[in-house]
Amino acid sequence: MSANLINLLIEATGQTLYMVAISAILGTVLGLPLGLFLATSQRGELLSAPWVNKILGLVVNATRSVPFIILVVAIIPFTRMVAGTSIGTTAAIVPLTIATVPFIARLVENAIREVDSGLIEAARAMGATPVQIIRKVLLPEALPGITLGLTLAIVSLIGYSAMVGAVGGEGLGDLGIRYGYQRFMPDVMAIVVIILIVLVQLVQSIGERVATAVDKRATKSGGQ
Amino acid sequence: MTDNMIQGASIAFDKVGKAYTKAGGATVNALEGISLDVAPGSITGIIGRSGAGKSTLLRMVNGLERPTSGKVLVGGEDVGTAKGGKLRAIRRDVGMIFQHFNLLSSRTVAGNIALPLEVAGVPSAQIKPRVADLIERVGLSAQAGRYPAELSGGQKQRIGIARALATGPKVLLSDEATSALDPETTQTVLSLLKDINRDLGLTVLLITHEMAVVRDIASHVAVIEAGRIVEHGATYDIFTAPQHETTRSFLSGVTGVTLPAFVRDRLTQTAPASGGEEVIRVTFAGAHATDPMLARLTKEMGIPVNILAGAVEEIGTRPFGNLLVSMPMPQAAQARAFLEQHGLLTEVLGYVG
Repeated sequence: MSANLINLLIEATGQTLYMVAISAILGTVLGLPLGLFLATSQRGELLSAPWVNKILGLVVNATRSVPFIILVVAIIPFTRMVAGTSIGTTAAIVPLTIATVPFIARLVENAIREVDSGLIEAARAMGATPVQIIRKVLLPEALPGITLGLTLAIVSLIGYSAMVGAVGGEGLGDLGIRYGYQRFMPDVMAIVVIILIVLVQLVQSIGERVATAVDKRATKSGGQ
Repeated sequence: MTDNMIQGASIAFDKVGKAYTKAGGATVNALEGISLDVAPGSITGIIGRSGAGKSTLLRMVNGLERPTSGKVLVGGEDVGTAKGGKLRAIRRDVGMIFQHFNLLSSRTVAGNIALPLEVAGVPSAQIKPRVADLIERVGLSAQAGRYPAELSGGQKQRIGIARALATGPKVLLSDEATSALDPETTQTVLSLLKDINRDLGLTVLLITHEMAVVRDIASHVAVIEAGRIVEHGATYDIFTAPQHETTRSFLSGVTGVTLPAFVRDRLTQTAPASGGEEVIRVTFAGAHATDPMLARLTKEMGIPVNILAGAVEEIGTRPFGNLLVSMPMPQAAQARAFLEQHGLLTEVLGYVG
C-alpha cells in the first residue's frame, strides 16, 4: 500500500473522529436538556407542561423517522445557513447533530424515567424545588443509564458519519466508498472497516467502564 | 446531638376528605370525614389494610396529597392550601421515612443524610458536623462512606431516619417504615424511633398494617377502614376494649391468643339445649390485669374454669391479659357477671356441646 493511501487513511480517521466528537458534544448539549424535559413534563410531573411535551415528542419522533441520508439532503439550505457551506466535514456536523439530538433525548428520557419514583417523592417531602430534584436526584441517579445511552449514540454517530460522503463530508466511510468500491481497492475497504470496528469497540468499552464506575446500585465488593 | 429539645408540632385533621374522579367519570371517595387530633410530642399510629386510605392520609401532612375537602393543620399551619416556598418551609419541618427507604443509590450514607440540608440551602461548612452528629445518633459511624447497596435493610432505614431528622423537623412521618424488615430489625428500628421521640420531643405519626408496631411504640391509635376512621383512642384502651370489628380482627393477629383447633372446629354460635360449655374471651386490663381472678372464681363461686389459651402483654408499661376459657353452661352467665363486676371484660365466642 502506498504512502499516499496511508496518509489518506490517517486523514479520513481524523475527519471521522472530528465529525463524531463535535456532533456528539453538540448532540449532548442539546439532547440532554430536551430528554430531561420530556421525562419530567407530562401531566402531573415535576415540570408539568403536557402540551409542550406532546409537541416536542412529535417533533422528536418526526426527526427520528426520516432516514438519515434523506435528512442530510433535505436540510442542505439549513446547513448552508448554519455552517456557511453545505459541503465538507464541518458542514456534515449539522445533519449529524440534528439526527443525534432526538436520539439522545429519547435515551436520556428513558434513563430518567428508570429512576424510582419513590426518590422523587422523598425529595419533594424534603421541600426540594423541581430544579433541585432534577439536579440532585434525577441526574445523578440516572447517570449510569445516561452514560450507556450516550455510548450508544456515539456508536450510531460513527455509522452515520460514513454516509455524509454524499455531501462531501469525507471521513472513513467516504474513503471506503470512493477507493474501496469505486476504484476496486478491496484492501482499502477492509482497512476502513477494521478501523471502524476498532473505533466502535473502543467507544463501547470505555462507555461501559464509565457506566459501571458511576453505578453504585449493586455491590461490587460483595458488601461487608 | 447538638440540638436541644424540639417542640413537637400538633397535627389536626378537620373533616378531611379526598375524592378522585375515575376515568369513567365516577367519583371515588378515598377518604371521608376524617377528624383526628394528634397531640404534640405523641406517637400516634394509623392502622388499616392496604387500600384503606392511610397512605393518602399520611401524605396530606406534608402536602404530597391535598385534601378535596376539610383542612389539615400542622402546628396551626394549613398544609392543604400552602404552595411554593411556604409549602417547602412546612416540608422542612416534617421529616418522612419510607417502607422502601427511598435512598439515593448514587450517594454515600453521609451524602444521603446531607441531601435535605443541601436542599434547604445550609452552608456546606455547617452540613459536615451536622451529618456526623446524625450518623452517630443512628449508630452508623463505621458506614458513613458506604453506599446504600452495601448495607442491610435495617441500616438503610437508619439512614432514612437520620435523613428525615437532618433539618430538625417538628413532625416525623413513618410510612410503613418497618414493613420491609425482619422482626428483629423491626424492633431495633422501633426502639430508635421511640428514643428519638423521647429525646427530641417531636411528634411521630406512623401508618402500619401491623398491630404489633402500634402496641410497641404508639401511645394513640386510629383504625381506618374504607376511608373512614372507625375507632381511635389511647392504644391501651383500644387493645383492652376494642369496639369495632376491624379493630378486633387486627388484634386477634397480634395477641396470638386464638382458640386451639380442637375447640374451634366444634364451636357453634347457638347454645346447646342442655349441658355443654360456653367459650369466653376474658380481657384483664388496668389494675386487675395481674389479679388471680379465675382462681377466685373457682374458689369463691365453685365454678370450674377450663383454660384454652392465654397471654399477658404490655403496652407501654401497663400489662394486659387475654384468656380464652370455657365454663359449664348453667353457671357461665353468673361467672361472667362476677368477672365484669371486678373490672374484667368478657366476650362470648360461642359454645361447644
